[in-house]
Amino acid sequence: MSYKLQFAELLPYWNVLLYGLAFTIVLTVVSTVAGIAVGTAGAAARTFGPGWLGRVVAVYVELIRNTPFIVQLFFIFFGLPALGLKLSETTAAFLAMVINLGAYSTEIIRAGIEAVPKGHIEAGLSLAMSKWEVLRHVVLNQAFRKIYPALSSQIIIVMLGSAVVSQISAEDLTYAANFVASRNFRNFEVYLLAALAYLLLALLTRSLLRALGRVIFKAR
Amino acid sequence: MSLVSIRDVRKSFGTNEVLKGVSLDIAKGDVVAIIGRSGSGKSTLLRCINGLETYQSGSIVADGIEVAGAATNLRELRRHVGMVFQQFNLFPHLTAAENVMLAPTVVNKVSKAEARATAAEVLAKVGLSEKMDAYPSELSGGQQQRVAIARSLAMRPKVLLCDEITSALDPELVNEVLRVVEQLAREGMTLILVTHEMRFARDVGTKLVFMHHGKVHEEGVPKEVFAAPRTPELQQFVGQVG
Repeated sequence: MSYKLQFAELLPYWNVLLYGLAFTIVLTVVSTVAGIAVGTAGAAARTFGPGWLGRVVAVYVELIRNTPFIVQLFFIFFGLPALGLKLSETTAAFLAMVINLGAYSTEIIRAGIEAVPKGHIEAGLSLAMSKWEVLRHVVLNQAFRKIYPALSSQIIIVMLGSAVVSQISAEDLTYAANFVASRNFRNFEVYLLAALAYLLLALLTRSLLRALGRVIFKAR
Repeated sequence: MSLVSIRDVRKSFGTNEVLKGVSLDIAKGDVVAIIGRSGSGKSTLLRCINGLETYQSGSIVADGIEVAGAATNLRELRRHVGMVFQQFNLFPHLTAAENVMLAPTVVNKVSKAEARATAAEVLAKVGLSEKMDAYPSELSGGQQQRVAIARSLAMRPKVLLCDEITSALDPELVNEVLRVVEQLAREGMTLILVTHEMRFARDVGTKLVFMHHGKVHEEGVPKEVFAAPRTPELQQFVGQVG
């Protein structure tokens, strides 16, 4: 049991690995922003929208929450072309991520909206605000404040889960690691490095989100 | 010509009829105190006046606007009919001034500066000039309720509905809120209050309404009604709370 670590053999591939890391970061940031936008709209539809729309959203949420992410990804990338919708690996990866986080964040944000006291909504309505104005100015801020930790965790989960997009050859960090390992066979070093990169990314994202939360929700 | 006219209003929650044909006329400047046991329909009646509850039959006209179903312009109605709640319902993420400024800026589209000037004026009126930038969690219950009153006043309502606004307060904080309401009454604001403060109803009210089993059981000038209740139900009620 004497394995000699040879990280030097990864050096020629530094640009591949760096590109993969950047891809994963961009994928996470974009799908976080778009996914939360989808989740906010979904949660608003389920709580404030008409019944039929709420039911449509409920079907979407349950469909996504009760199937594996990799199957969703494969369906979008390999399945949809049968319907004439052919997407690039990158587009499919982004789309799958947004759809996935959108569904989970719909549920999380909905819980936050429902935790806002009904009296606050009635007070807003009594001040002649419309339902949507109440949602925007009274409900959402309080809702996000309540569910921010849960949402932050979900963002980390999605970021780590994004490794799956390497399976359709979207060029993320895991794809880069696979690529390098298949060239120099330094599996131990490459995956150790990839694991460390994900770990650092997760820790960094967590503290970044925490700092962001302190700025956004500075008031009580 | 009454400012608020309630005609034979009936309202049920499922099979439970809570308003069984209520009629009431409220003139400009009236201070109406609605009293009665819990479950007698007082709060439901109040909530029907600004459309927070719907009713099955009858009609309510407030400041010339018919309150009924979705067809009504509820927004227009609520610009004229303000409401203050038992639980204050201040928006916790906004300061006192921001709470007051929200509806004027969002609904009436006035500028931030103008809204802040209005906020300063109405908060001064309720004696909280120095608390403009305090958050609700930094205020006592009485102060929170006074901010809630100021928040309603900023919309310049013609009528203010007060739903048991002192019931959630510690006894020593009740008076600071009642003093504000009394001042509003003196200035001619039309007020409809659901209240358990019998002394306040008698001294400040211009009209007393006793509700019992979903109906107006007895009404009249507060001092006269309290001095000589006609119905046995009101006699018993006054005897218990007075």
